[in-house]
Amino acid sequence: MKTNDVILQTATKVVSLVIVLFSIRLFFSGHYYAGGGFVGGLMTSAAIVLIMVAYDMKTVRAMLPINYRILIGVGLLTAVSTGLIAVFQGDPFLTHYYGYFDLPILGKTSLHTAALFDLGVYLVVVGVTMTIIQSIGESE
Amino acid sequence: MFNFVITFALVLISLSMLALIYRVIKGPSIPDRVIALDALGVNLIAVIALISIVLDTYAFLEVILLLGILAFIGTVSMAKFLEKGEIIEDDRNRNQ
Repeated sequence: MKTNDVILQTATKVVSLVIVLFSIRLFFSGHYYAGGGFVGGLMTSAAIVLIMVAYDMKTVRAMLPINYRILIGVGLLTAVSTGLIAVFQGDPFLTHYYGYFDLPILGKTSLHTAALFDLGVYLVVVGVTMTIIQSIGESE
Repeated sequence: MFNFVITFALVLISLSMLALIYRVIKGPSIPDRVIALDALGVNLIAVIALISIVLDTYAFLEVILLLGILAFIGTVSMAKFLEKGEIIEDDRNRNQ
């Protein structure tokens, strides 16, 4: 029986954008407010799961041609190399640095290398969650 | 007065959640339970909003949006499981 999911698919087109924006906001607010790489990564994978439920695995694979196992490796590499920056500066491993920079549009902004470590956490969480869900969903 | 109103609203929402839990346990069919769980999530959002008024903090506003998103995704997945028997299809145009 061929079902017609037009309401779910149209709602997904709007709602998934909101979820992705919310996950980016959670990721960047992690330093000063509630949030961080873990919740942001979970929300991003929730958006991808919602698209998977509304459409199918083939559509998602055509839309986001990402190998999530490689994403785990990239995330771990980002976290480790953030710690190695400090080693090359002569400080202990995982020492973080920060500074204030004048960016073109944003003005005076505080940039911290802990955000790069958080980016690694974000990539690993998205990779692990999507690997689990994809490998369970594909098995017949 | 204001605190009394907030507490009274919390008590009323707790009663409504108790009624929904009765429906989750007793519900004769699976869709009854799914809809009761979805409404339970909405009531939980209301409880979190009222508690963040009581504690006078902005720290729980992310939790409200997060619970709304999670309740939506959970209900959609459960509805698709009840309709088709599988939540994530491999190719929806192949086997019809």
